[in-house]
Amino acid sequence: MSATDDIYRTSHLKLVPRRHWGRMISAGVVLLLLAALVRAFANGKIEWTYVGDFLFSRTILDGLVNTILMTFAAMALGIVLGVVFAIMRISENPVLSSIATGYVWVFRGAPALLQLLLWFNLALVFPKIGIPGVMEWRTVDVMTPFVAAMLALGIQQGAYTSEVVRGGLLSVDSGQYEAARAIGMGQLLMLRRIVLPQAMRVILPPIGNEVIGMVKTTSLASVIQYAEILHNAQIIYYANTRVLELLLVASFWYLATVSILSVVQMYIERYFARGAKRLKATG
Amino acid sequence: MSEILVKAIDVTKRFSNFTALDRVGMDIRKGEVACIIGPSGSGKSTFLRCINMLERIDGGAIWVGGELLGYRRQGDELHELRDHEIARQRRRTGMVFQRFNLFPHLTALENVTEGPIHVLKEDRKAAEAHARDLLARVGLSDKVGHYPSELSGGQQQRVAIARAMGMRPELILFDEPTSALDPELVSEVLDVMKDLAESGMTMIVVTHEMGFARSVADTVAFMESGRIEEIGPAEKVLSDPDNARCAAFVRAVHK
Repeated sequence: MSATDDIYRTSHLKLVPRRHWGRMISAGVVLLLLAALVRAFANGKIEWTYVGDFLFSRTILDGLVNTILMTFAAMALGIVLGVVFAIMRISENPVLSSIATGYVWVFRGAPALLQLLLWFNLALVFPKIGIPGVMEWRTVDVMTPFVAAMLALGIQQGAYTSEVVRGGLLSVDSGQYEAARAIGMGQLLMLRRIVLPQAMRVILPPIGNEVIGMVKTTSLASVIQYAEILHNAQIIYYANTRVLELLLVASFWYLATVSILSVVQMYIERYFARGAKRLKATG
Repeated sequence: MSEILVKAIDVTKRFSNFTALDRVGMDIRKGEVACIIGPSGSGKSTFLRCINMLERIDGGAIWVGGELLGYRRQGDELHELRDHEIARQRRRTGMVFQRFNLFPHLTALENVTEGPIHVLKEDRKAAEAHARDLLARVGLSDKVGHYPSELSGGQQQRVAIARAMGMRPELILFDEPTSALDPELVSEVLDVMKDLAESGMTMIVVTHEMGFARSVADTVAFMESGRIEEIGPAEKVLSDPDNARCAAFVRAVHK
């Protein structure tokens, strides 16, 4: 065997894996910082027993229920308005289309907190609402914190959602509209059976994001006395001055709610992804 | 001779200042297979889409089964039909698209039953049985539960043909049904169409498949620049056309 053949023989050599020094150092630094953070919380003047005591207290759990209730109420209103205004926006009727554009413009243009205050204080300018002479109610009776928060958050959400839904509708290929018409479908049937189910794939991820955003936006309703979880945590800490402990309790429940919703979102998206496991094959 | 199913008189269609169809006229009898050939941009597909009201016509008129499309005559007035009346008129006509346009969120079976169940309000069981028969007829018995994304182009187009047939139409329009297919998949679709033609279905086919036109079509129309330049029996138009441009086109395609 000649010397030139020898350099091509590798099977008897030992393999030494490469060391990732950069990864090890950066991981070490991050772990040290994390340890410092844990230590700070452990040594800080946090009475963890209060956190434990209040985590499952009646007031906090009531607040949690109200937070979830408001999230669903406002999102339901938002999604209904969003779908309706998105369809109005893409319709050929110029009046409907302009109104939808105006709706998005106005309600996306004002802060959520301001809109909450606006609805809650509606009685100042409209003492009575309803159809004059037929059905009338005193605005203060109707505009409870729940109703005001649902309207303010739901209507604002509708403005955002209508843009998301519009994007979803535009993402559906024009051939789908034609195929639906070709089997004799009318507008509504086509939207319900063919277009919306396909648009859902595009609509759902941002809607999921917005539901999660809404869980936290409901905390703004505490300023109009809606008894959601932050509002109730504040009531407790005004009395016992354990501010941070109760904020941690509220944080825990927000995080828990958001985590569960993330899992739910995953399953819903999986349902609407049916038929889309592979990209369209051409042959 | 059987009765006339489709009658088009002076059909004109303009896109802004481009005239896509210029006084196109055509008679199709029940059971007839007509192929429309011609260079791209000649208005073949536009004419087909007018017969299914996917395009509005700017002049002339089309009748399907004696029914004037898009309008209702009241005395001396023509009243535009409403959306649901147009949808009802479309049910008599099936359409097969170049790009299949299957509903991607529905299985092959659901694609076929969608119209019968939700438009025709047929009983689900009966519609499914009919759909299974149709899918068997196009050779896809083993694919009923597959989604379009799991099927080849040729299989998708065969499902699309079954979907059109599911509505029990009197007429099926084919808009370049094999143009989006890989060459080796063309024949499986043409075979299904040939079978359909032999069963007596009335068909109008926009195609570049001269072999299919020659062997299946009763009538061939050659279109150019929005006009029908030559129309007649398939053998005559494809072998011995009177129109010089038609002759040049047929020669070019056959090369």
